[in-house]
Amino acid sequence: MANLTLVQAINLALTQEMEADSRVVILGEDVGKNGGVFRVTEGLQARFGADRVVDTPLAESGIMGTAIGLAMAGMRPIPEIQFEGFLGPAYDQLVNHAARFRTRTRGAITVPLTIRVPVGGGIHAPELHSDSPEAIYAHTPGLKVVMPSTPYDAKGMLISAIRDPDPVLFFEPKRIYRAFREEVPEDEYTVPIGQAKIVTEGTDLTVVSWGASVVQCLEAIDQLPEDVSAELIDLRTIYPIDADTIAASVEKTGRCVIVHEAPKTCGMGAEIATIIQERCFLHLEAPVQRVCGFDTVMPYYKLELEYLPDAKRIGEAIGQCLAY
Amino acid sequence: MPIRTVFKAQIDHLQILDENGVLDEKLAKDTLTDEQVVFLYEQMNICRHLDEVAFKLQRSGRMGTYPQNKGQEAAALGSGFAARKGKDWLVPCYRENAALFLHGLPMEKILLHWMGDERGNQIPEGVNVTPISIPIGTQMLHATGMAWAFKLRKEDRAVITYFGDGATSEGDFHEAMNFATTLNVPVVFFCQNNQWAISVPREIQMNSETVAQKAIAYGAHAIQVDGNDLFAVYKASKDALSRARSGGGVTLIEAVTYRLGDHTTADDARRYRDEAEVASWRAKDPIIRTRKYLEGKGLWNDTRQQEIEDRAKVIVAEVVRNAEGIESPSIDDIFDYTFETIDPELETQKRTLRTSSLGQKPEQAGLEAERR
Repeated sequence: MANLTLVQAINLALTQEMEADSRVVILGEDVGKNGGVFRVTEGLQARFGADRVVDTPLAESGIMGTAIGLAMAGMRPIPEIQFEGFLGPAYDQLVNHAARFRTRTRGAITVPLTIRVPVGGGIHAPELHSDSPEAIYAHTPGLKVVMPSTPYDAKGMLISAIRDPDPVLFFEPKRIYRAFREEVPEDEYTVPIGQAKIVTEGTDLTVVSWGASVVQCLEAIDQLPEDVSAELIDLRTIYPIDADTIAASVEKTGRCVIVHEAPKTCGMGAEIATIIQERCFLHLEAPVQRVCGFDTVMPYYKLELEYLPDAKRIGEAIGQCLAY
Repeated sequence: MPIRTVFKAQIDHLQILDENGVLDEKLAKDTLTDEQVVFLYEQMNICRHLDEVAFKLQRSGRMGTYPQNKGQEAAALGSGFAARKGKDWLVPCYRENAALFLHGLPMEKILLHWMGDERGNQIPEGVNVTPISIPIGTQMLHATGMAWAFKLRKEDRAVITYFGDGATSEGDFHEAMNFATTLNVPVVFFCQNNQWAISVPREIQMNSETVAQKAIAYGAHAIQVDGNDLFAVYKASKDALSRARSGGGVTLIEAVTYRLGDHTTADDARRYRDEAEVASWRAKDPIIRTRKYLEGKGLWNDTRQQEIEDRAKVIVAEVVRNAEGIESPSIDDIFDYTFETIDPELETQKRTLRTSSLGQKPEQAGLEAERR
């Protein structure tokens, strides 16, 4: 066991999978000598060579498109898109090709690909470096979308993603890259894609969140009166969504607050609220609440902490939900 | 400091077989044998017949939209023949049918694709071609990535990827050229410059005089060839593929040809181009030119022409039978092929569809009676 940050846990997973499987290659902007702008790939080029950890030209469609070609030809590429705001130029390749090859060839061509992308706000970054576009990709058939919030999950889920036979969009919440450490086993292990995690068990109310917001939720739950028993679910995988875990929890508590950084309209909160009304209608004691970003452009960093859900807003929503 | 020239470039145009079927013997040396030209000429005829039948299938409502390949057979066949079957890979656009067949793609796959059936893209194991690519230019990056994999694994393979003149305006063309050359991967970019991107002519599409010169900016080799000249296309492609395989660099080949048909069956080119222009290119049809050459050499005559046309009819009739005779696809496929393992939500949706009228054949849902 080692006490690692999320960045270190991801680096360890990459190292071990590259060690274990010669088909695994990393490509992206600044991922080689520089070790990535967040140092996630630090030391990997020195260890595995410039053929397997490749500094590409600065072109996201090129990165995604050539990664697809590598995967089509039997490799296990891990392209990095430097920030979620730059997924735009790669969108066509990701959505119209990576996600469709298996189905449009009825299984003849597959694209086992893990796309690593730092995501979300809260680090005082420049424009287009702080968005949360996970719902856009959850709405893309053929893509799996994950967003771990702890070092342990990050390592296990990244290994699952790399070994997955289909494309996985692996979002890394940059706000908590180095926010805390956690014991992470040295050995390889997997955390399955498609399984949410119950972070804290409770009986009065369910809170569903993912990514960096999980930390804000924990803070909000800590500040609740002692007699309130809240259950916190870390979704971990955005698609395929673990509806069973959510439904089981809400059947028990009858109340739910959903928290995410992304804009409210058509965010994953809307999907989760629908799952709850489909599956837990007669168990509900209160309307499902959403604490989200707003349907505005993500503000520059002076205002970003007001945009992002914080413990205060989450706490208020929990209070309202309980009082209903 | 005096001004000095830091870079100079030129683009060569290669023609070996001219419009009158006259061969430049010197340039033709070590290209195609008589036997090979006869074989490729026969392929041209078969593919032309398939193209015409496909057009009629669409017009009679038996097939969806179809893009005719008519006029571009020499470009497809000359380049496809230069690639080694079972070793090199072809990453096509949608006007290279003849090259794909040469590499073992069953002809009915192309019809199935345009009949709205994904099984048309289900390429058999061992056939080194990727499916037809509909969005413009994106496949060049896949070709580059595949070539990259072959280079990493030190496999003796190259990739040739096809696209049109319009595709060179797409960012992916430039990104692919830049990735391919900086990584020095074994890929050949083959532009079928057929002069028209639907209704937009080459002169509006780009300000450069040639497509080939775009290679220069990326440090790639460049050549322009007469795209209706089987010999020139073959030679340029063979040279480019050998160079690619030996690590000698990336090549952009511009094959100057012409789209004799409409863009697709959904298009009417009379709206935007002159009949005189089309007529001038009809005279340069690769089938006419190659036949003239073969007849000049005493390798072809009317009897043989009749034979190949009869044979083409038999082959294509069977292809149509196969394509039309395939059992209907199952709606289950759309769920079963989204991921390797179906997820719970998709499983639920699949089950819901099967148990509702939407998921049943009309007669099962009781709609047949109503229709009568």
